[in-house]
Amino acid sequence: MLRFALQRLVSLTISLIVASLVIFFVIEIIPGDPAAYMLGMNARPETVAALQRELGLDQPVLTRYLSWAGGMLSGDFGTSYTYRVPVSELIAARLGVSLPLTLYALLLSTLIAFPVGLIAAATRGSALDAGIMGGTQLGIAVPNFWFAMLLVLFFSITLQWFSAGGFPGWDRGFWINIQALTLPAVALALPQASILARVMRSAVIETLGQDYIRTARAKGLSSRQAVVRHALRNALIPVLTIIGLQFSFLLAGAIIIENVFFLPGLGRLIFQAITQRDLIVVESVVMLLVFAVILVTFIVDLTYAAADPRLRRRA
Amino acid sequence: MITVENLSLDIHATPILRDVSFVIEQGKVFGLVGESGSGKSMTSLALMKLLPEGSLRSGSAMMDGRDLFALDEAAMCRIRGNEIGMIFQEPMTALNPVQTIGDQVAETLIIHGAATRREAMKLAREKLDRVGLDGARFPLDRYPHELSGGQRQRVCIAMAIALRPRLLIADEPSTALDVTTQAQILTLLKGLVDEEGMSLLLITHDLAVVAGVADHVAVMQEGRIVEQGPTEALFRTRAHEYTQRLFAASSHRPAREPTVQDEVLLQVDSVHRSYALPRRSLFGPSPRLEAVRGVSFTLRRGESLGLVGESGCGKSTLTRAILGLEVLQAGNIRLYGQKEISPRMPNALRAGLQVVFQDPYGSFNPRWKVSHLVSEPFHLMPRTPADARERISEALSEVGLRPSDADKYIHEFSGGQRQRIAIARALINRPDLIVLDEAVSALDVRVRAQILDLLARLQESHQMGYLFISHDLHVVRAITDRVMVMKAGEIVEAGETEAVFADPRHPYTRELLAATPTIPAHWIEGNRNETLV
Repeated sequence: MLRFALQRLVSLTISLIVASLVIFFVIEIIPGDPAAYMLGMNARPETVAALQRELGLDQPVLTRYLSWAGGMLSGDFGTSYTYRVPVSELIAARLGVSLPLTLYALLLSTLIAFPVGLIAAATRGSALDAGIMGGTQLGIAVPNFWFAMLLVLFFSITLQWFSAGGFPGWDRGFWINIQALTLPAVALALPQASILARVMRSAVIETLGQDYIRTARAKGLSSRQAVVRHALRNALIPVLTIIGLQFSFLLAGAIIIENVFFLPGLGRLIFQAITQRDLIVVESVVMLLVFAVILVTFIVDLTYAAADPRLRRRA
Repeated sequence: MITVENLSLDIHATPILRDVSFVIEQGKVFGLVGESGSGKSMTSLALMKLLPEGSLRSGSAMMDGRDLFALDEAAMCRIRGNEIGMIFQEPMTALNPVQTIGDQVAETLIIHGAATRREAMKLAREKLDRVGLDGARFPLDRYPHELSGGQRQRVCIAMAIALRPRLLIADEPSTALDVTTQAQILTLLKGLVDEEGMSLLLITHDLAVVAGVADHVAVMQEGRIVEQGPTEALFRTRAHEYTQRLFAASSHRPAREPTVQDEVLLQVDSVHRSYALPRRSLFGPSPRLEAVRGVSFTLRRGESLGLVGESGCGKSTLTRAILGLEVLQAGNIRLYGQKEISPRMPNALRAGLQVVFQDPYGSFNPRWKVSHLVSEPFHLMPRTPADARERISEALSEVGLRPSDADKYIHEFSGGQRQRIAIARALINRPDLIVLDEAVSALDVRVRAQILDLLARLQESHQMGYLFISHDLHVVRAITDRVMVMKAGEIVEAGETEAVFADPRHPYTRELLAATPTIPAHWIEGNRNETLV
C-alpha cells in the first residue's frame, strides 16, 4: 500500500511539472501584451517598456518560467497586473469561497445520491425506481442557473429564509456564511447528485448480479445484508471516480452559479483575469486548479486501493 | 433427511421443473446429473429458496418435519448457511474480491450469531485448515485474488461447512477445475460427508464424477427426473432411454480412419516464450516467467495431435505462438515445413491456419449475421472470392447447418450450433491446419459427441491437420492419433495416444490419468453383455 502511494506520488510530481510547462508556454503564445493592455491604447512605447521591465516581462522566457515556478513553490505567485496585490492573497480570498462551496455541494450531492441510488437499485424495475430515474433525468436536464433562480425566488424572496446572494466573509462568523452558501450549494449539487445517483444505481445493480452476492445469500445473509456487506464496497469504484471528477469540476466550474449569487469565487476571478489579460493571475489560478485536480486524482487513487485490494499491487 | 415432493417450477410462465421428487438420506451423497438446462441448478436454488424473480413454485421440501417452501424469508435466512450450505461452480467469482478469506469464512458464523468476531476468526482458521489451506501459506488476511481456482473453491467449502450444516449442496463444484484439483476437491467433499455425517447433494453433468462419489443418482432431463436409484444399480441397468443416450455420448468415440501423410504441416522447434513479471523493487530487474520452455514437435497432414495439461502449464501460450500471436524468445515455428509463423507473417500464410475456441458464446460478435461471422477469414485473402456466398452456404452445410442460417444472428443458436458455426468459420478458407483450443469443453456430452463426429468426418474429407488442445483426457483419447502431455512449459511425454494412455511413462501423466474420473469398466461391461444377449 505504501509503495503504491509512493509510486502514485512520483507520477503526481511528474504530472505537475509537465502541466506547469504547458500552462506557462500556452499563455506565452497567446497574443496580447499585458503591459500594453494595462496602460491603455494611447500609452507611449517608453512607458510600456518601463512597465514591462517592472513586471519582468523583458526577461528571457526560461528565466521567467523558473522564477514563476520557483516562486509558486515558495507560495509567491507574483503580483497581479491589474489588482496590484499579491496573487496569493487574491487566490486565498477566492478559495475561501470556492472551496467551502465545492465541498458543501459535494457533500450534499453524495448524501443525496448514495441513498437514492441504493434505493433505486434495491427496488429496480419498480415504480419507485422509475420515479427516481425520471427525477434524476430531470435533475441533469434542468440548467442549474435556472434552478438557482427558482431557489432564490422561493427561498429568498417568498419565504425569506436565505439571502438572495453575496458573501459576508469568514470574519463575520461561521453559520452566516454557511447560510449564504446553502442555496448555491443546492443548485450545484442537484445535477451532480442526479449523475451520481444514476452511477450508484447501475454500479450496485451490476454488483448484485455477481456470483459472490449469491454466495453471500447462500451463507444466510438477507438481501439487505448482502447489499450492505458485499455490494456496496464493490460498487464504490465507479462512484469514487465520479466524485473525484465532480470535485475538480465544481471548484472552478461554478462560475455561472457564482454570478447568480454574487459570490466572489475562483470562477469569477479567472473570468475577470482573462478578460483583463492579467496573465499572472490566469497562470496561477489554472496551475492551482491543475494541482487540485491532480491531488484529487491522487486521493481517489488511494481510496481505490483502500476499497479494492487487487489494485494495491499494480502501479 | 430432506424429502422433496412434486417440486414444479415456472419462471415467467416458462416451465422449468416438473414433479421433481427425491429423498436425500443423512450422511449420503445424492448425485443429480443432466445436461445444461435440464433444471439441476434450479432444483438446488429452489431448495435454498434463492430462485430468480418471476418464479412460481409448487410442491414441498420436508426437512425435520418442516416444509422449507412454507417458511418465510427470515426463517430461510436462518437455515441457509446454517442447516444447508451451498457451493457453486465458478470459484473464481464466488468470493467477494474486496474481503479477506478469513472475514468471509467468519461471516457465516457471525451472521448466524454463532460466535463473536474473535471466536469466528479462530473457527475460520480451523475450517480453512480442515479444507486443506494451512495457516502458514494461507493466513486469514489473504484476498481471493491471491489464490488459485482450487484454493478458492476450498475457501467456499470452508464457508459452507463453517456451521456444520446437515446438507451441503454442491453445484458443479469441480467442473471449472483441473483434473488433479477436481480429484482433490471431490475427495475433500467425500471426506466431509464421511467424517461430519452431513449429506451432500452433488450436481454435475459428468457421469464419471457421480460414479466415483455418489451413493444415489438421479438423472434429469428437461425439468424431470427420468430415472433414479442406487448409483451402481442405475449405472448397470440404465433403464431409461435418455440415460442410455447420455452414457453412449459420454463414452462416444468417433469412427476415425486416420490417414496420416508424410507432409509436415507444422514444425515447432525448441520454442521458448517468457514473460516479464512485475519488478520486486523499484529499480531491480524484472523476474521472468518461462511459459514455454523448449517445446518441439511436428504435425503432419491428416494427423490429429493432442495437447493435454492443466491450467498454467503453458498450453495457451504455445497455442498463441502457433497462431502467430506471440513473439518467441528462441526457437521457431514453421508452417508447411518452411514458412515461419510470427506476429508479422503474411495474411496468405495465416489463411492456412484457423482456430476454434472454447467458448461458443463469447467468441462471436453478437451484432453480425452468421454470413458475416463465417466469412471473416476472407479478410486474409487479397480480395473477397467471387463465390463468397456459395462458399458460406457450403461451409454451413458441411457443419450440418442450413444455408439459410446465414441470415440469422448468433443469439438464435444453441451452444452446439454456435460451435458448428465456429467450425464453419475455420473451414471457409479451406485451411490445412485447425487449432481446436478446448473446442468441445463447454458442450454437453451429447452435443460433444456430435461435434467430435463432425470433426472426424471433416478431417477425413479435407485431410486437415488438427492440433487438439484439451484438459479432458477422455476426449483427447477419442479423437487424436498422437498426444503430448505438457507440464510447467515442457512436453513431459509424447507418443501414440493409445500407447500413452495404456502405459504412461511419466509420473505426471500417470497422475493425470489417475485423477481423471472414470466409470468403473465392469459397470459398463456388464450392461454391454446383457445387451448382446
